[in-house]
Amino acid sequence: MSPESASTYPGVPEEVVGHHFSSLERQTEAMRLGMWLFLATEVLLFAGLFCGYTVYRFEFPLAFEQSSRHLNITLGTLNTVVLITSSFTVAMAIHYTRTNQRKMAAVCLVITILFALLFLGFKAIEYAEHFREHALPGKYYASAEVRIPGAAMFYTLYFLMTGLHGLHVIAGMSVLGFVLWRTLQGRYSSNYYMGVELGGLYWHLVDLVWIFLYPLLYLI
Amino acid sequence: MRLSEADSHALAGAAAHRNYLEDGTTVMSWLNTRDHKRIGVMFLASVIFFFLIGGIFALALRMKLLQPGPFLYDALSYNRLFTLHGVVMIFLFLIPAIPAAFGNFVVPLMIGARDVAFPRLNLASFYMYWAGALIAIYGMVHGGADTGWTFYTPYSSTTPTDVAPILLGAFVLGFSSILTGLNFIVTTHTLRAPGLSWMRLPLFVWGIYATSIIQILATPVLGITLLIVTVERIGGFGLFDPARGGDPVLFQHMFWFYSHPAVYIMILPGMGVISECVCAFSRKNPFGYKAIALSSIGIAFVGFFTWGHHLFVAGQSTFNAGAFGILSMLVGIFTAVKVFNWVGTMYRGAIAFKTPFAYICGFLYFLVFGGMTGVALATTSLDIHWHDTYFVIAHFHFIMVGASVMAFLAALHYWFPKMFGKVYPEGWGLVAASLIILGFNATFIPQFLLGNFGMPRRYYQYPEQFQALNVASTAGATLLGFGFLIILIYLAIALKYGAKSEANPWGSKGFEWMTDSPPTTHNFDQIPTITQMPHDYRTHEPPGVTRVA
Repeated sequence: MSPESASTYPGVPEEVVGHHFSSLERQTEAMRLGMWLFLATEVLLFAGLFCGYTVYRFEFPLAFEQSSRHLNITLGTLNTVVLITSSFTVAMAIHYTRTNQRKMAAVCLVITILFALLFLGFKAIEYAEHFREHALPGKYYASAEVRIPGAAMFYTLYFLMTGLHGLHVIAGMSVLGFVLWRTLQGRYSSNYYMGVELGGLYWHLVDLVWIFLYPLLYLI
Repeated sequence: MRLSEADSHALAGAAAHRNYLEDGTTVMSWLNTRDHKRIGVMFLASVIFFFLIGGIFALALRMKLLQPGPFLYDALSYNRLFTLHGVVMIFLFLIPAIPAAFGNFVVPLMIGARDVAFPRLNLASFYMYWAGALIAIYGMVHGGADTGWTFYTPYSSTTPTDVAPILLGAFVLGFSSILTGLNFIVTTHTLRAPGLSWMRLPLFVWGIYATSIIQILATPVLGITLLIVTVERIGGFGLFDPARGGDPVLFQHMFWFYSHPAVYIMILPGMGVISECVCAFSRKNPFGYKAIALSSIGIAFVGFFTWGHHLFVAGQSTFNAGAFGILSMLVGIFTAVKVFNWVGTMYRGAIAFKTPFAYICGFLYFLVFGGMTGVALATTSLDIHWHDTYFVIAHFHFIMVGASVMAFLAALHYWFPKMFGKVYPEGWGLVAASLIILGFNATFIPQFLLGNFGMPRRYYQYPEQFQALNVASTAGATLLGFGFLIILIYLAIALKYGAKSEANPWGSKGFEWMTDSPPTTHNFDQIPTITQMPHDYRTHEPPGVTRVA
């Protein structure tokens, strides 16, 4: 059966509408709610680390302040700009899909994925710097720069938080890559664009987590 | 081959009237199913399997405790056994038991839906359950952990036993639990049949909804905590290691932020089951529908603010301890509201004393007893005496085994005809129920006494004056084991040779009985329109609905 035939909703591939939903609107509502709930679980996953950060920041205020000064603020700021811009391009991809400009949507998704790669590249340069300086977590910490108790803890949290965030960047990239593939296949249109919207929501979360990580790790 | 339109309609019609068990009999038709009923049945088989494994661990522990000194096996094996008993029973049995097995099966039926909102995610949740289980089993075979299911640091990050795979297994199981919960919340929001407003939702759905909120909001915190401990074991990162400036009490806070609400993941679905069964077997409308429904949400909410009562002796401030103590007692109020409403429902009802009703009686007694000892334990001064003794063990087994397993067994018997279309032997059901309730009391009442006399939990050896009570407890556990064995045998026989059940053998007005038993693959020929409250026994209409063409 070809996707167009017998579809109750014009321009919507039939197999995307579940037999158990009374209407496409209902299904869209369900998918949005499901995504928001999933994002809530992601926020709580990071919340554990933010809680740890708060506790140890109070415990070792001086070590955290000094270690924070030794992070590469230029790269951190650049990465913030990169991610915020990528959130804009992914929003544009949704806009272009909704207005049936498939090519522009694909271009925006490609740019977003390139920004994600750029972010990971900058992050890798930073990580390489930390490894050179032995500014590493826990028992591996041997940096000559800050030698007071708590500096190792700062780097434990730094690596756990940016590491988990980095994994989310990679996950987000994969999701957007999948969405790009589907876009090129012509699966989305103004009638049905849930994939792009949900992928975009996930990418915004990845961005949002960084917006909290950046001031906590680099600025204060 | 192309079918004419009439042919394909006839085929579709035949498929629609075949029940879900007959709709494909190959192994792949089960493993690759999207049908919530089949996924529910697969979960049911899996949790029963792990319940047996966890039960065997428990019996092995009790056998050692017959003797005060070294007996049967060494102390390290004992430590591994109680860890595995806890991990298996909590992560592989209690948490998925009612929501993933019965919730999956009956929630869509109760709300008049053809499936859960995300059928593929539902299947993924089943496979994640097994992935987590296999990782944990690998850890068990590969030496097993000796930390207790609580994985307290710094011991868990330094012990030579293989903790990492078990932590990782629990992490993956958490994902499975999150996906199940997410699915139920979205299903309840978007797939209710026409006319089914929130204040007409069956009480079991309220219970599952409240459970799902906890699953979604608490489980990720456990996930990150276990992940940090795994990283510590592998990398020596020191986040919870006092030698590196870390704070092991922070682990306890983060662990219990999940694991206390997790207690309500285990009991709230059970309370939902009891709410359904009380109405069905008293043939009466629920007394105080709103109070039962909303107290579930109340427990889910308050449950998030009680974790500190596990840390009364962990160096918490007096103010914190007092605050957490009082907040913990609030759970008692919501629970009492439910208990009074269940008893109110029974009052002047036409009670049918079937097997599920026997379990209701057991449930009420265990819940009240376990709940009151819980309130006592939330009192700081008393807790300092009872902390980490068998009193605590007896208390939470009264809730988790006493109450939750009674509810699980009530659900198993109440919905057995619904799920498989067969009748179980009522006489044997009552025999097993009496044996279990008796055996349970004999197992855990001695443990209350032992705890009060000061016997600590998780000790391999104990002073000789505690032997008599320990022997009594082991005898009770054996009785309990026999009870479960009888159920397993007669249900297996009923499944194969049992008489065919009617569509609604209990004459229940619960909404899940709107369909055939067992239901067809798509549950309903037409989506029903709900015009009544669930369990409305004032009319002679079929369960709560009029069907519209």
